Amino acid sequence: MRVLLLALRRLAASLPTLFVVLAGLFLLLQLAPGDTVDALVAQMGGGDPVMMEELRRYYGLDVSVAVQLGRYIWRLLQLDLGFSAIYGKPVSAVILERLPATLLLMMSALSFAFAGGMALGVLAARKVNRWPDTLISTLGLIFYATPSFWFGLMGIVIFAVNLGWLPAGSFEEIGAGYTGFRRALDIAWHLFLPTLTLALIFLATYLRIMRASMLEVLNLEFVRTARAKGLSPGRVVRRHVLRNALLPMVTLIGLQAGTMLGGSIVVESVFALPGLGRLAYESVVQRDLNTLLGIVFVSALLVIAVNFIVDLLYARLDPRIVT
Amino acid sequence: MSAILTIDSLTVALPPGADRPRALENVSLELHPNEILCVVGESGSGKSMTAGAILGLLPDGVQAIAGKILLEGQDLLTLDDAQMQQIRGARIGMIFQEPMTALNPLRTIGDQIGEMFETHTTLRSSEIRARVLDLLRDVHIPDPEAARRAYPHELSGGQRQRAMIAMALALEPRVLIADEPTTALDVTTQAQILKLIRELQQRKGTAVLFITHDFGVVAEIADRVAVMQKGLLVEEGPAIDVLNDPQHPYTRALIAAVPPLVPPPPQMTGSEIILRIEHVSKTYRKGGLLARHRRVTHAVKDANLVLPRGGTLGIVGESGSGKSTLARCMVRLLDPDQGSIRLGDTDLASLSRKEMRAATRRIQMVYQDPFASLNPRRKAGELVAQGPIIHGETRERALARAKELFALVGLDPDSTERYPHEFSGGQRQRIGLARALALGPEVLVADEPVSALDVSVQAQVLRLLADLRKRLGLSMVFITHDLRVAAQICDRIAVMKDGEVVEEGLTAEVFTAPRHPYTKALLASVPGRDWTPPVSPDAVLALADTREFAPQLL
Repeated sequence: MRVLLLALRRLAASLPTLFVVLAGLFLLLQLAPGDTVDALVAQMGGGDPVMMEELRRYYGLDVSVAVQLGRYIWRLLQLDLGFSAIYGKPVSAVILERLPATLLLMMSALSFAFAGGMALGVLAARKVNRWPDTLISTLGLIFYATPSFWFGLMGIVIFAVNLGWLPAGSFEEIGAGYTGFRRALDIAWHLFLPTLTLALIFLATYLRIMRASMLEVLNLEFVRTARAKGLSPGRVVRRHVLRNALLPMVTLIGLQAGTMLGGSIVVESVFALPGLGRLAYESVVQRDLNTLLGIVFVSALLVIAVNFIVDLLYARLDPRIVT
Repeated sequence: MSAILTIDSLTVALPPGADRPRALENVSLELHPNEILCVVGESGSGKSMTAGAILGLLPDGVQAIAGKILLEGQDLLTLDDAQMQQIRGARIGMIFQEPMTALNPLRTIGDQIGEMFETHTTLRSSEIRARVLDLLRDVHIPDPEAARRAYPHELSGGQRQRAMIAMALALEPRVLIADEPTTALDVTTQAQILKLIRELQQRKGTAVLFITHDFGVVAEIADRVAVMQKGLLVEEGPAIDVLNDPQHPYTRALIAAVPPLVPPPPQMTGSEIILRIEHVSKTYRKGGLLARHRRVTHAVKDANLVLPRGGTLGIVGESGSGKSTLARCMVRLLDPDQGSIRLGDTDLASLSRKEMRAATRRIQMVYQDPFASLNPRRKAGELVAQGPIIHGETRERALARAKELFALVGLDPDSTERYPHEFSGGQRQRIGLARALALGPEVLVADEPVSALDVSVQAQVLRLLADLRKRLGLSMVFITHDLRVAAQICDRIAVMKDGEVVEEGLTAEVFTAPRHPYTKALLASVPGRDWTPPVSPDAVLALADTREFAPQLL
């Protein structure tokens, strides 16, 4: 009941966020010179003004900005993302094609970063100021300081080109026609390097937060109580420290969901993955306003959804949170 | 009777760079079955280190280097970690000071008590649940079933400490160590918890090592007393002897610093009223989207008080009684919802923000926590000079005045260049006092100014306050939860409960003939109320220059 109420409140609070993001981006894009028709005509190698006028009317670009925005929001309310002039099909179809790759990449990278960061953080905190701690902290710093595209490229060079253990790019073996479990394995095989590339930098953040959080919780009084109760050190960590130390980590997931979407653009480009990130980049270049707005809408939804789940998780973990 | 726990010339070393090389030096103690041994001392005396050494839970870098700790003949210092784990909880129970932080906030009470059985026994979970309920019933928690399922934050401080006691006694250990178990509690709750510990101890014949800084508590509960100072055991003996006829000068000084509960004869104050509080109310509202989520807390309800010029008005009450809210309303840190606060002819409650800023020089506040109330990044002198500078004084003159004020409150004038962390707790409270006095206020509002201080330092600060009041003709509102302190320093006392002033009058009258049942309950809860600290003139003299008693850890 408590968690449900909290959920509803958070959901209601996120609607204005969504509106502000969309309206803001729409207006910002109006400031950029050129529109879809300019881009289309440029692709065709030129065209006469009459046809351009007609195209503008066809795509609804001839009316004032306010009306365009109003129309757009109204269509969104009907879950209609509009039509992409560049791809020649509905924006929702374009996005849906690209969404799975990005979602899969994000989820696997997030899980890996979270699990790895947590495990290494716990290890570092338990051996604080001894060599495992120093090693882990140094490693974390290296991960954090190295740009992810470099990791990606090095990964390709070593594991794909030199050793030939892993594929160099793409989402799955095209034309192999795998189905079911075999296909899933194939995709996992292809996503191994991209996930690692995207995750390492986040893993470093999680590691540091987890280590600091563990050290802080280990100094709290209830940990002393637990030790005075005769619990073994391992049990103290598992039953008393871990859950308390996880709270800041969970907050971080919500904060990083957005950053991770941004990071996936680079990784998708390096590994030639058909994902949202690359789609966004292409839409900007091609002035495909509808697609771009659609991507923003979906990304905003995604981030809001992740934060919503994080809030629920947090409420579940910490009984002190009240609606 | 043979001792159940024997500490034999125990020496514990501190890591290099600490303020002294040894946390404990050659300490020998015996704890017998069915007795309560109080270990008393100020902060830094090593009393908590003793508990840590017994349980093998000393901080990193601190270790026992000599001596023995024998539990029923077995030397605990020779045991390895796994063996100590068998002893902790099962044969030695432990209760800590802060029941809020000593319990894991994310797990239910029942779960945490049940963990004792999970760790040390092979009981099934249904049996554990039954045992936990029995334990909660034993410590008289109302509605044990609900308490079992509750999280720590859902219980009051007293109930949490009861749960903590239930947990410590779960496996019926022969020895119980209680480290300041009632220090964080209100006085009426403290009385109940002390009674509970006494009751359980007698029923089960447990030997209790009770660590405290409060001689009132000692008088209430101890069979025997051990007094510690800077890691040394200075005096030990039956409670009656130590309390009424202390031998060691340090014990005498400590006991002399305990304020007697009997108020001194009232001093004459004029009939002129400097501060008049009429019908002041303050409510806190907690918003919610839906009406049923809104919560309204009446922190202060229709308070009426008067402060005569040159007098001290004490406001006493337990946590949540609204005394701090009222104090904050007086200096307009909070805006009262209703009522007037008349300082002379001005109604502070009706002033605009800007007018109030000008009026702040007439009424100033001293805060409780000497650690949190001073900005650690600014020099002590600047902190004191800040007020006058804001009110238009030049920097040079304000800093020069800060030096004078430092001398006035008994600090070295040259120490204005130092930062707050370089001062001890008592010294910081003097800085706070100097800061409040810098603007030359007519009224000083002191919110628990000595509660965070050790008893000997507390006595010094109280004496300083009384002295300043006389010399500067200050009028003072003194907020405290400690009735002993109130008895000594206040001319008039107002008792607050749940936001209301339930009784108000001359201190001597309130203490000797309380009218309201709550006042009576409060007075009946003061630990050691039947014990009057013996006052020996040499001890008071000793305390007058007790700089050496100011503990280094503060």
